[in-house]
Amino acid sequence: MGYSLSFEETNQLFQKLSAEYKIYAPKRFEKQGRYSDTDVIRYDVVKSVEEIVYDQKSDYSAKEVVSPITQTIFYFTEDEYRESKVDKKKILIFLRPCDINAFEHQDKIFLGNGGFTDFFYARMREKVKFVMMECTEGWDTCFCVSMNANKTEDYSAAVRFGENSLTVQVKDSDLLGYFEGCTKVDFAPSFIEKNEIEVKIPEIPNKEVLGKLKKHDMWKEYNSRCISCGSCTVACSTCTCFTTIDKIYDENCNAGERRRVTASCQVAGFDRMAGGHEFRTTPAERVRYRVLHKVYDYKARFKDSHMCVGCGRCSARCPKFISFPAAINKMAAAIEEICAEQAK
Amino acid sequence: MNNPVMPKPCTILDVCKETDMEYTFKVATDITPAHGQFMQLSVPKIGEAPISVSSFGEGYMEFTIRAVGKLTDKLFSLQPGDTLFMRGPYGNGWPMERFAGKHLVVIAGGTGVAPVRSLLNKCYSEPDFAKSVHLICGFKNADSILFKQDLENWKEKFEAIYTLDSESIPCWQCGLVTQFIPDFSYDSFDGEYEVIIVGPPAMMHHSALKCMTCGIPEEKVWVSFERKMSCAVGKCGHCRIDETYVCLEGPVFNYTVAKNLLD
Repeated sequence: MGYSLSFEETNQLFQKLSAEYKIYAPKRFEKQGRYSDTDVIRYDVVKSVEEIVYDQKSDYSAKEVVSPITQTIFYFTEDEYRESKVDKKKILIFLRPCDINAFEHQDKIFLGNGGFTDFFYARMREKVKFVMMECTEGWDTCFCVSMNANKTEDYSAAVRFGENSLTVQVKDSDLLGYFEGCTKVDFAPSFIEKNEIEVKIPEIPNKEVLGKLKKHDMWKEYNSRCISCGSCTVACSTCTCFTTIDKIYDENCNAGERRRVTASCQVAGFDRMAGGHEFRTTPAERVRYRVLHKVYDYKARFKDSHMCVGCGRCSARCPKFISFPAAINKMAAAIEEICAEQAK
Repeated sequence: MNNPVMPKPCTILDVCKETDMEYTFKVATDITPAHGQFMQLSVPKIGEAPISVSSFGEGYMEFTIRAVGKLTDKLFSLQPGDTLFMRGPYGNGWPMERFAGKHLVVIAGGTGVAPVRSLLNKCYSEPDFAKSVHLICGFKNADSILFKQDLENWKEKFEAIYTLDSESIPCWQCGLVTQFIPDFSYDSFDGEYEVIIVGPPAMMHHSALKCMTCGIPEEKVWVSFERKMSCAVGKCGHCRIDETYVCLEGPVFNYTVAKNLLD
């Protein structure tokens, strides 16, 4: 079932929805970009449809709605830790198919890995409904088709943005009531079928090849290129790592907060233990660790898919223009070389 | 909904100074861990860290902690009666069923003695658990010797070699633990033995290689890893090596697995 709504009607709909839902969408923050006079597009609460940036790729992914860059998880006093509270309202997120598919990976880590369910992720995630933004063109850093993440059926509603109107497909019966009286149309969203970039993910046949790949010279170039800033992992729609830190309100009191802060395996110190011992001390080792997690380790653990949806934000955000697809292709060449060497 | 990272308050029963750098904290708890497991210890205002259980019994657990981090520094100011927060136990400990009835060879270095201490004390108090215990224990110097009373006890019942890396004192050998590994006659164990290695990363690596040169099969060697962790429940990602999470699948690994875990 489809509906057509003018922006004005959409805003009335948002108004009605706001009693029950908070609506999150990619939003423009003027002059907050990393270069002067540039904007940043990231997820935040929107009140009107005009605020939604639908014709540009958001710099940051929708994961921040569910697991923010920084969140207070506990408040503590001398003898007690108390969980922080969250808003009771349900959440609608406007996002593209790649970002919906990315949530599958977020879910796997936070809800499933090791048989533990993360309380703080779960309490947000169960509130979320997806509103899929149709995406048929993509951008020059996208490679979702190669990652098999260009399509999804996991959404409550799908939307196509017109110049002054919105076409909506509603699948979730919870939302149908809101569309009573709207103009009915036939609509089913389309999906992108081909990106400018194509990536072929190489297979690593065994641990011996993996061991040799880790020591391969291909990684060395990243020692001079990667500045270990972590921009790629913050922007990544599938990265989940975090660190826990405690903050006190005042030096002399015993009350404060325990916070969960996004962490990056690309930043020095990610693996530093008390006492100072570190395992990956160079940018090259850290890049290797990230790339292999995305296209080998994660799949080795969870079997069905790689931990990358081809959203291309890592490449787009890298201040040194390191291309993730290029890294994968270099890895494919290195694996071929190692296998050929072994076959001799 | 159950919150796996909620810390619970526990009372400190005793604080024992082992060296200038290491203290053992005895904490009241009903939790009974398995030998070789670890807990997440919290001190409000400072943070959390994974700490091995160095001993446990009815109503208590012990942790031997080195003053090397922010959290561990703060811990040192705590007194009996103070509160410590913890959660756990986590990870896979030593494979006790596999160890039972075998000859055990234990190679431990520095604070690496802590994760194997409860196992050694079990072998000491239950002589029937293992056929024999062969122990190599190494410390940097005389000032860094831990668990002095335990070392005395163990010497009575175990075939024990105690060594200091760089200092000669009476009754102690001088040299790295690796050089004493060939001293035991592994053939005399008739295949009925297991080897346990715990200590700093380089010490475990070289000890395992030395075991291989002594003809010890990989599958008889066990190690315990230490890694940075924020959550200990497979979420934070800090301890991951390839497809393995040290907090979930470790910290104890068979060497057939551990040898491939290259960070």
